[in-house]
Amino acid sequence: MALAVRQFDAVVVGAGGAGLRAALQLAEAGLRVAVLTKVFPTRSHTVAAQGGIGAALGNMGTDSWQWHMYDTVKGSDWLGDQDAIEYMCREAPKVVIELEHFGMPFDRNEDGTVYQRPFGGHMQNMGAGPAVQRSCCAADRTGHAMLHTLYQRNVRARTQFFVEWMALDLVRDASGQVLGVTALEMETGEVVLFHARATLFATGGAGRIFAASTNAFINTGDGLGMAARAGIPLEDMEFYQFHPTGVYGAGVLITEGVRGEGGYLLNKNGERFMERYAPSAKDLASRDVVSRAMATEIKEGRGAGPNADYLLLKLDHLGPEVIDKRLPGIREIAKKFANVDPVREPIPVVPTVHYQMGGIPTNYHGEVVVPGRQGPNTVVPGFYAAGECACASVHGANRLGTNSLTDLVVFGKAAGDSVIRFLRENPGHKPLPADAAERSAARLARLDGQRGGESVHVLGNEIRRTMQAHCGVFRFPDLLAEGVQMIRALSDRVARSEIQDKSKVFNTARVEALELDNLIEVARATMVSAHARKESRGAHDRADCHDRPGFPNGRDDQNWLKHTLWYKEGDRLEYKPVNLKPLTAETIPPKARAY
Amino acid sequence: MAVTEADLRRLRWRCRRGLLENDLLLERFLVRHAATLDEGRLAALNALLERGDNELWDLLSGRVECDDARLAPVVAMIRDA
Ligand SMILES: Cc1cc2nc3c(=O)[nH]c(=O)nc-3n(C[C@H](O)[C@H](O)[C@H](O)COP(=O)(O)OP(=O)(O)OC[C@H]3O[C@@H](n4cnc5c(N)ncnc54)[C@H](O)[C@@H]3O)c2cc1C
Repeated sequence: MALAVRQFDAVVVGAGGAGLRAALQLAEAGLRVAVLTKVFPTRSHTVAAQGGIGAALGNMGTDSWQWHMYDTVKGSDWLGDQDAIEYMCREAPKVVIELEHFGMPFDRNEDGTVYQRPFGGHMQNMGAGPAVQRSCCAADRTGHAMLHTLYQRNVRARTQFFVEWMALDLVRDASGQVLGVTALEMETGEVVLFHARATLFATGGAGRIFAASTNAFINTGDGLGMAARAGIPLEDMEFYQFHPTGVYGAGVLITEGVRGEGGYLLNKNGERFMERYAPSAKDLASRDVVSRAMATEIKEGRGAGPNADYLLLKLDHLGPEVIDKRLPGIREIAKKFANVDPVREPIPVVPTVHYQMGGIPTNYHGEVVVPGRQGPNTVVPGFYAAGECACASVHGANRLGTNSLTDLVVFGKAAGDSVIRFLRENPGHKPLPADAAERSAARLARLDGQRGGESVHVLGNEIRRTMQAHCGVFRFPDLLAEGVQMIRALSDRVARSEIQDKSKVFNTARVEALELDNLIEVARATMVSAHARKESRGAHDRADCHDRPGFPNGRDDQNWLKHTLWYKEGDRLEYKPVNLKPLTAETIPPKARAY
Repeated sequence: MAVTEADLRRLRWRCRRGLLENDLLLERFLVRHAATLDEGRLAALNALLERGDNELWDLLSGRVECDDARLAPVVAMIRDA
């Protein structure tokens, strides 16, 4: 396929918080930067973040990066790499102050400093407590404020945006060096090869592999699919954070505040089942306890509805005044997405996927690393990743609230700095291999010529249903084993997906088929990794691995204190050690995770 | 100028948003109304979709009333879809 080639110093794929922060670093260094994005930058999913960005500024009382680090390591259930965690927690205050200087409209204290609110899991005194106020926010629109601030800055720095362009595949040469990406311009249907001296992925998460997801439709894990097809393994893909109360069938979040105000969960018999699982905290037990109880009720046949697959969140007893005054927006959400008015009827809810902890393996410089000549963390020249698509790994088995936005900005910037260093040492473009665009060309030709295949829509729904039923919030060994077979079979069917519309201009059917190729890789990585990890740790919660002496909450440090690496080639797994050695601090040794 | 297939496909993509709430409401709207959109409605929709996601959700959920007479009819259609 002869196709147009465009040359840049660096190509950034993704214009959410991570991509924009990285691009800014590069553009301000005077480099020629192209940012590719499927949607207009400020419509990236970062816009959904409300809670805030975590940084130990200490504006509300004493705080320190060491405390933030302790909370993050503990939150990760010791699967996070302690060098990366130290780096993030030390850099966090600097990057937040930098955002403030960029003009981000943070809420303020009377003395003019950034206001900080408390958030679950963030404590004083190395986890001993009490809670600390560490989350910096801009009303309940922190993500929105961050995107707008960074976008304006990038425009000023002359970053070149390619909006409504979809990156298709990574380009690597025979030595494995990354030389850019192929991308489809939606408006014209043309494919262009972006030949770059450095390529940075910031494509966000893949929450859409599950039927119940709080993520927007664009979160199809494209960066992960591209990396996997190019031979890069995916790290710790079994770990996804769930939120207990997403609206059944829609995914939209019902805030924890509803249970805080006195709402509670019922099964199909009208039983307040949380009393059995958490006799004192009941419906206010921690997220994972509530989610696990809900999954157990459903598995044991006590779910509500025709398919017995959801639970009921009752709040009518609070009365319309309390609901309208203290829980604004809940009535609209319930009416629009569940078709019930919570003043009269309960809201159908299920544990809903929220955040992907795993991703493309990187070190704390944002360089992509894979097992190779220099050991398990050998740098892939020219390739970088940051944000939810990357695994540095700071979140390990479970992310702490507000740490994702911190991750975006800290590692977006760090990856940008690494690119600048690499470009200084490696002048000029390396020549493209003759088959640079081969993989994309073959995928597109296959799709255009496919006859007798299955619909993208049907296949997508089957992937999502399979992941939900077999690899949900609480995991059962029999269901996981079946799930692996089912997802492998689905993978063969996706290879024969068919679209009816073959037009060129803005062919969204084609775009969705190309997204499906990415979804299936992420789904397979997730299912296979989850099936293999025979312990419970953080968000990976197995019914056959529970709390017993020596195994706190089912965690098995002897055998499983290690990162999973899934390879598409051969659908196989490898493992690599967790880095328990911080940069300067003392190691925080594993212990039971209790709050 | 009539509404073309390409116009509709472009619209469909621009209904992909940063907030799931908006994705869901716009998807529902497209299922019901995409086939019968006229040029005026399409232009109004495209203008509406230029707004940021939070602003859009405020309008579509009815938390904020639409201040632009040109957009109000399509906002109502999406709310009722
Ligand atoms: C409802 C909700 C609330 C949240 N609240 C918080 C919070 O308060 N605090 C917190 O820390 N975290 C929060 N999170 C998590 C956090 O918002 C996300 O993890 C984070 O925003 C991800 O940012 P990102 O830059 O990695 O990717 P995104 O913002 O998802 O951006 C991805 C970008 O990649 C582009 N892209 C993807 N694929 C391609 C492709 N093939 N070609 C071209 N471009 C592509 C997209 O167009 C987009 O620009 C929340 C998440 C949700 C769902």
